[in-house]
Amino acid sequence: MSDERRFFRGFAVPFRQMFKKPNTEYYPEEKTPTAPRFHGRHQLNRHPDGLEKCIGCELCAWACPADAIFVEGAPNTDEERYSPGERYGRVYQINYLRCILCGLCIEACPTRALTMTNEYELADDSRAKLIYEKEDLLGPLLAGMAMPPHQMYPGTTETDYYLGNVLGAAAVQSGEAEARRLGTWISEDADEEAVS
Amino acid sequence: MTVTTTGAATPAAQPTDGVNVSIDGIEMNVPKGTLVIRVAEQLGVAVPRFCDHPLLDPVAACRMCLVEIEGQPKPQPACAITVTEGMKVRTQLTSQIADEAQKGVMEFLLINHPLDCPICDKGGECPLQNQAMANGRGESRFDGVKRTFPKPINVSAQILLDRERCVSCARCTRFAEQIAGDPFIDLLERGAKQQVGIGDDSPFDSYFSGNTVQICPVGALTSAKYRFRSRPFDLVSTPTICEHCASGCGLRTDVRRSTVLRRQAWDNPEVNEEWNCDKGRFAFGYQTDGRIEHPLVRDETGELVAASWPEAIAIAAAGLKASGSGSAVFTGGRLTVEDAYSYAKFARVILGTDNIDFRARAATQEEAGFLAAHVAGRFDGPTYADLEKAPVVLLVDFEPEDESPIVFLRLRKGLRRGVRVASIAPFASAGLTKLNGSLLVTAPGAQPTVLATLTDNTASDQAAETSRLLRESGAVILVGERAAQTPGTLTAVAALSAATGARIAWIPRRAGERGALDSGAMAGLLPGGRPIDNDQARAQVAAEWGVDVDALPAVGQSLTQIVATVHADNEAIAAAPDPAKVERSITSLLIAGVEAGDLADPAAFLAAVDSVPFVVSLEQRHSEVTQRADVVLPVAAAAEKAGAFTNWEGRTQTFGQVLREALTMSDSRVLSMIARDMGVDFGRGDIAEIRAEFRRIGPWAGARAELADSDIVEGHELASGDVVVATWRPLLDRGVLQEGDPYLAATARPVVARISRATADAIGASDVVVVSTPVGSIDVPVTITDMPDDVIWMPLNSQGSSLRSELGVGQGDVVHISGGAE
Repeated sequence: MSDERRFFRGFAVPFRQMFKKPNTEYYPEEKTPTAPRFHGRHQLNRHPDGLEKCIGCELCAWACPADAIFVEGAPNTDEERYSPGERYGRVYQINYLRCILCGLCIEACPTRALTMTNEYELADDSRAKLIYEKEDLLGPLLAGMAMPPHQMYPGTTETDYYLGNVLGAAAVQSGEAEARRLGTWISEDADEEAVS
Repeated sequence: MTVTTTGAATPAAQPTDGVNVSIDGIEMNVPKGTLVIRVAEQLGVAVPRFCDHPLLDPVAACRMCLVEIEGQPKPQPACAITVTEGMKVRTQLTSQIADEAQKGVMEFLLINHPLDCPICDKGGECPLQNQAMANGRGESRFDGVKRTFPKPINVSAQILLDRERCVSCARCTRFAEQIAGDPFIDLLERGAKQQVGIGDDSPFDSYFSGNTVQICPVGALTSAKYRFRSRPFDLVSTPTICEHCASGCGLRTDVRRSTVLRRQAWDNPEVNEEWNCDKGRFAFGYQTDGRIEHPLVRDETGELVAASWPEAIAIAAAGLKASGSGSAVFTGGRLTVEDAYSYAKFARVILGTDNIDFRARAATQEEAGFLAAHVAGRFDGPTYADLEKAPVVLLVDFEPEDESPIVFLRLRKGLRRGVRVASIAPFASAGLTKLNGSLLVTAPGAQPTVLATLTDNTASDQAAETSRLLRESGAVILVGERAAQTPGTLTAVAALSAATGARIAWIPRRAGERGALDSGAMAGLLPGGRPIDNDQARAQVAAEWGVDVDALPAVGQSLTQIVATVHADNEAIAAAPDPAKVERSITSLLIAGVEAGDLADPAAFLAAVDSVPFVVSLEQRHSEVTQRADVVLPVAAAAEKAGAFTNWEGRTQTFGQVLREALTMSDSRVLSMIARDMGVDFGRGDIAEIRAEFRRIGPWAGARAELADSDIVEGHELASGDVVVATWRPLLDRGVLQEGDPYLAATARPVVARISRATADAIGASDVVVVSTPVGSIDVPVTITDMPDDVIWMPLNSQGSSLRSELGVGQGDVVHISGGAE
């Protein structure tokens, strides 16, 4: 083979590529959706009336192979209730510097409180910002939900919540949430309202 | 789950009177009467169990430990069957029958057990979880409705009961009945409705209730203090020694993220076995809340302000150096052995004074003599094991349930082996009743007289029996720190011991007192119980300390004497025409953990602290002393340092630093910094260094001063309505180390005054009695008790009954009582 032929043969690959469709992703200008079950940022879900599903059991922290989750439970009280039942997660942190998004935590969750979203944009400029607190992880208040703390749906037990019998916040629950927001809540009234 | 082999001798120890058994085909020779489950343990075969506990009687309630025994028609519970000659046992490892039987029992237990492990405190350390995995079926065949109860009920302020989780193993009820003697919790109802519960109006207010939480094999009993706080995999555990009393319990302290969350009894068979009291278990909140965070010094206006460590150390060093041998050191009774030793050495070497006293309570010179002669540096006294074997244990001014709870549990254990307990006290306390003890009725002040009748063997009735038993070998006299409050008692105790041969144990209330005594933190005593006026003792210590013998000070003064000296100085100054020319003999105080309210005369002590020119306080929390100090230096609490405590037996037990990242410094370290600022080498305050030095000095083997005869104070002349005070501190009261634990405080016994029927009638008291002294007056609910007339018993330092600070009285003092308003 002559030197010329060898020289031009070297251009064959770039030449062929000139007629192919470019594969460039224009991220972040254009974002392509992930696969539906992509393991992205976690979310802490709520019951339909706004109470938190998390019971602070720490099974997610236990399952975590990267030791990325920190949970501290605490007892619910009649004056201050965040979830149905006795116990709720007072502190909930996920450290996204450690998290490998493997999803073992959501498999471990006994109440389906912890699930994963498709959000993958988990970059920031400090370590502290990448430790997500409970308020960062909690799902949004959807229609019919009231912001905890508030009482359970009148006349229900925690079993009703897990059986799906609670479909949205009752007026007393929304009223309590609103009164707490305005700082006018007095817990003794709550008992009377719940009874009536 | 707790598995021990306590009580089971090794098979090789007594081959002759043992029996031959075979477990899973392995031949064993074990002592007669051993339980099958213990033999299996020795082989390393874990038979699953819930109700079995080595320290409780077998009951075979849970049926989990079924094993196949050759010749028996049905599987038998291994926890309740003792071995017999030639017995052939096959466990679940080799017998399908046993395995099937255990799986069946497990399925049965799980029928009514809720699936609420995620919210259960026991989750992760639960024998039911573990054994359901190891010895249960994978799937449940039960599709009925589980039995449910309303969610947890408070059986006491601290203990919560979840009845649906209970597997009716009866560990808690057996503990309450057999060990603690508080049968407030029991099995109620029958059959499927069987449940653990309490009486309608009798909460489970036992001093030992926390143990039931620890031994509960499921999460049926939980504590309010630890509820939902953590999981076992979060916790870092450190073996520690309890800092609350002189019992010396081994504990396990569990820490999560630099916070102590839980303390449990550690298996320490020679001391606390596997139990501890609720104070040791639940009272640790004082270490986190209300601590002094920075060194404090006085500014120009006299206010205490935060200062840097070098600044505060420099001021403390300058003040103490100027004062020198005019200093006095009060260490308090809560220091570790190492810290107490540092104070003892600091006073003698750096300050050049023997004015040092660890006794932050009512104390006398008679007591100092007694301790020097019979306790300090002596390790030949009775131990816990001796209490179990003694023919009689005489309690002198000592209420074990309140003042040293593990002694109480050991006496309860001894009771089952025939130990007799006799108590010199004004009335039969709840603790004495549970010990089935005989009461030698004694009004406050009459202890020496009663002891004398025992010494002379001239006692009558019950006391005669006690007197006879005391002369048998192995008899023990337990004398409490309160004995110092009645002059002549300790002398009489020593005489009784000499006459009968019964051995004496002195049981103080606080964890650090015995260690401080052995370390030489008392005037007149060098480390190891060496008399400071003995030339040989002085030479030994001086050699180890690297100082000249003549540089060691002469005998100094006790706390009470120093307070008196300061007041004498004050009077001299007030009377002098030119006060500036009068020189004080005490010019500075170095005070560790001293609570004014514990002393015999709090007002006089605080006035003395006020008038001494320079006061340095090393404290954990703000107190009346820190308010008056010129320099306050914060020091480490028990969990923040390593150290050792010597319990009443003289057993020194070391513990490690629980909070390893704590920035606080131990007393020893702070003292070494002060010494360095004075230009003297005092080591680095390093714990290993101090221990090694203290060990080299060792206990004193030479002559000890004889206990001088003490004058017995004659009884008071009582006016109408006057009564003599008998008092002690209940286990749970207003103690500083119990602050920050509201659930624990709520389980304290109600505050009552006790008087006899005749005394009550004389003043017309019905519900409430008004107790008054020139200092003050308090109203206390009254309980009529079978006790001597003209005596009133009240708790010394409880809410609403703080005798020292509110009335200015203690044991043996006179108060005026009258019937309260209806």
